[in-house]
Amino acid sequence: MMLEIRGLTKHFGGIRAVDGVDLHLGEGELVGLIGPNGSGKTTVFNLVTGIYRADAGSVTLKGENLVGLPPHRINRLGVARTFQNIRLFRNLTVMDNVRIAHHSHLGYGPVAALCRTGRFYNGEKELNGIVEVFLSIFSLQNRKNDIAGSLSYGDQRKLEIARALASKPEVLLLDEPAAGMNPYEVGRLMEFILAIRDRFRISILLIEHQMRLVMGICERLAVMDFGQVIARGLPSEIRENRKVIEAYLGEDVAIE
Amino acid sequence: MRLLRNLIKTFVAYAFLAGSISLLAGGGVVNPYWVQILELACIVAISAQGLNIIYGHTGLFSLGHAAFYGIGAYTAAYLMKMYGGQSQAAFLAALLAGGGAAAAVACLIGLPTLRLTSDYLGIATLGFGIIMKVVFDSADRFLPELGGARGMTGIAKMTTVPWVVFFLLASLLVVRNMIHSSYGRAILSIREDEIAAETMGIDTFQYKMVGFVTGCTFAGVAGGLYAHLYAFLHPSNFDFFKSIDILVIVVLGGLGNMSGTLVASFGWIFLLEGLRVVLPPGYVELRWVLIPVLLIVTMLLRPQGIFGTREFPFLRGKVYR
Amino acid sequence: MEYFLQQVINGLQIGFVYALIALGYTMVYGIVRLINFAHGDVFMIGAFIGLYAVERYQWPLTAVFVSAVVGCTILAVLIEQLAYRPLRHAPKIASLITAIGVSLFLEYFTSLRQVFGPNFYSFPRPFAVVSWNWHGILVTNIQAVIFFVTVFCLLLLQFIVFRTKMGRAMRAVSFDYVTAGLMGVNVNMVISFTFGLGAALAGVGGVLYGIAYPQVNTFMGFMPGLKAFTAAVLGGIGNIPGAVLGALIMGQSETMVSAYVSSAYRDGIAFVILILVLLWKPTGILGTPRTEKV
Ligand SMILES: Nc1ncnc2c1ncn2[C@@H]1O[C@H](COP(=O)(O)OP(=O)(O)OP(=O)(O)O)[C@@H](O)[C@H]1O
Ligand SMILES: [Mg+2]
Repeated sequence: MMLEIRGLTKHFGGIRAVDGVDLHLGEGELVGLIGPNGSGKTTVFNLVTGIYRADAGSVTLKGENLVGLPPHRINRLGVARTFQNIRLFRNLTVMDNVRIAHHSHLGYGPVAALCRTGRFYNGEKELNGIVEVFLSIFSLQNRKNDIAGSLSYGDQRKLEIARALASKPEVLLLDEPAAGMNPYEVGRLMEFILAIRDRFRISILLIEHQMRLVMGICERLAVMDFGQVIARGLPSEIRENRKVIEAYLGEDVAIE
Repeated sequence: MRLLRNLIKTFVAYAFLAGSISLLAGGGVVNPYWVQILELACIVAISAQGLNIIYGHTGLFSLGHAAFYGIGAYTAAYLMKMYGGQSQAAFLAALLAGGGAAAAVACLIGLPTLRLTSDYLGIATLGFGIIMKVVFDSADRFLPELGGARGMTGIAKMTTVPWVVFFLLASLLVVRNMIHSSYGRAILSIREDEIAAETMGIDTFQYKMVGFVTGCTFAGVAGGLYAHLYAFLHPSNFDFFKSIDILVIVVLGGLGNMSGTLVASFGWIFLLEGLRVVLPPGYVELRWVLIPVLLIVTMLLRPQGIFGTREFPFLRGKVYR
Repeated sequence: MEYFLQQVINGLQIGFVYALIALGYTMVYGIVRLINFAHGDVFMIGAFIGLYAVERYQWPLTAVFVSAVVGCTILAVLIEQLAYRPLRHAPKIASLITAIGVSLFLEYFTSLRQVFGPNFYSFPRPFAVVSWNWHGILVTNIQAVIFFVTVFCLLLLQFIVFRTKMGRAMRAVSFDYVTAGLMGVNVNMVISFTFGLGAALAGVGGVLYGIAYPQVNTFMGFMPGLKAFTAAVLGGIGNIPGAVLGALIMGQSETMVSAYVSSAYRDGIAFVILILVLLWKPTGILGTPRTEKV
């Protein structure tokens, strides 16, 4: 099992944002996490990546505990993510955004950087190659010298994924990657997601409201409501699930 | 190979700068008063590059930079006075010790305070600055040589054009090479978005410490040079206003802009001294009426600093193929 | 014991003055997130207006306070509109540097001979000083005036902030000024009002300071301003009771250090306490911790 979440719980004041969530993600799997607004999906990501500390429960990556570790350690162990409300390094170039994410795998030391030895030049060249690889997947290579904040909304979302990939994760958490994209872009994004999963052999957990994307590419789904997982199964099963329809549409409508 | 070529290039630039200024000064073309101002400007530029790393690059709001300048100054001056005599080697050692002392204190202060955010960090460093001023004022209670509120005298005049140019060049090289490397980009990512940086594997606390301590080291070395420029130190040289001076320079130059910081340092010092010469006698107090007006007008017209994001060619980052 | 209690009284005296200044810092910061460095100098202007009203015009005490309040309010509103308002959407540091500029300008401009002049001027007592001895502890009528005037100001402020329409608008703007604006609150007006209200309190503080420590100078606002701001941070910036609490702590601690250790360390102790408190509670004693929503 790549990622295993058991009994994960987080309260904010009186709100039970996440309330005993169990989730698991196998090697190379692509799982969707869906649910109405405020049901606690993003909070699950924040708990897994160490931004918030869980009140209870466990999170393990290939058997190794993640709870209590700082976010940068969790990233280095192999978990990367994107953010629902895009958090790029806005005033830096597209290229710098990707290079920064690769910093933990850097090929030269601080002394080499200060003295600009051969190692430094070689390391920088190597980084350029990596930038090229990740940007070309998302057809962003000719924007690499632009300032990240100047990209279109859709390109910024793609850059966030490229940046996350550059940190060489084994598990990738995507928080609403298609938000704000037009139908054509969503179609492209679905291809990208499948392509990177196969190319880098990573496991992906994906939060999304656009059912076309979720139903189209996810192998399994988990549905959250009020901080709890209320259903899980194949996309076709979830589509028919009565509890899910109720959660999404409210009871009155569902009963008809 | 490239290392050798870079070394030679740097040495030539150094020899040219230091040599030509020394020649002009020695030949009497520039009068000694202005040479001293120029030396002061170089020293201030070193300290300002330090704050630029801390605030401009790392995004840490520090209002206590002058305290580290002072720690470097008093440490170097004390060591030189007690053990150094007139030796150039001892002077170099004293300057490095000044930088080291500032770095050590920066570590101690940084460990607890760098967890604070923006304005709170500003207030904590401001507080530290005031505390250090109190320490300098009463320093004679534990080391009489430091002079306390009466000021410290008997410091050798060791600071010369070659020394200040050497350290200014060295500081520029250090900042440039650091910022245009992966380590520097890690530092910049903290300023941009600390949470995103953390989730991308950057140990933000560690790099905040790196940025803060490096910047304070610059201030410490600059302080040592300053102590041996006028051969007199007074706690008021390191009060809150001196921290603000440097902050103004860094903001005017454009936060995170090395070239802007460099130019603004020279501009600021020459403006202060120039006004002293230009204003008729008896009106020198008007300096501090005019400067704030200039400051306010500049901020209203160019809140992003005079230089924005443009750098001199030798300070720009390059993509290596 | 008498000595200690005497110091407590002295500490309260300066603490109340700090409180009057700290309130302006905390309200302005609560609303526009600006460290208004010029606030200490508005306090200084209040003291000078008081000096002129007492010495040159020999106005009655109430008129002295009213003139300082009016003068400081007008000054602060002018500063806000001319210097800070154009920068409201610029990077925060630009407003901060501007505030420092305004502060320097007020200090040096008023120290010109043609304005107030560069010297220390003694502040004449507007009433005969009476002191009462209670078991060896000396209390003066100056201290009584400081106490009653400050308490009156605090009650008035409490009334304005919690019982008036403007106060409700202030609280709304400080909570979220974008939404408050959308809900029809005149944000510009509220901000000007807040600057004015803070300055009025500083003006009262300036006159009280002049009466209690009878010497004024155009640079006198710097240290009290800095300490009052520190007090506001100590108590939890943006929080009105916090500012008063912080100011009282500050007044006590520096008085005690002067009395029992050495007055040389007086200016340092406040900041030692500040740093320790921030390490323990990063948003101050009464401040509410905020987790950033990711
Ligand atoms: N830092 C925080 N402080 C207080 N409450 C929070 C915090 N983060 C999340 N919450 C609350 O926790 C609940 C779950 O929020 P979360 O962002 O996880 O929902 P979500 O499922 O991602 O919703 P959406 O689909 O709108 O993104 C919400 O009620 C939210 O207000
Ligand atoms: Mg969400």
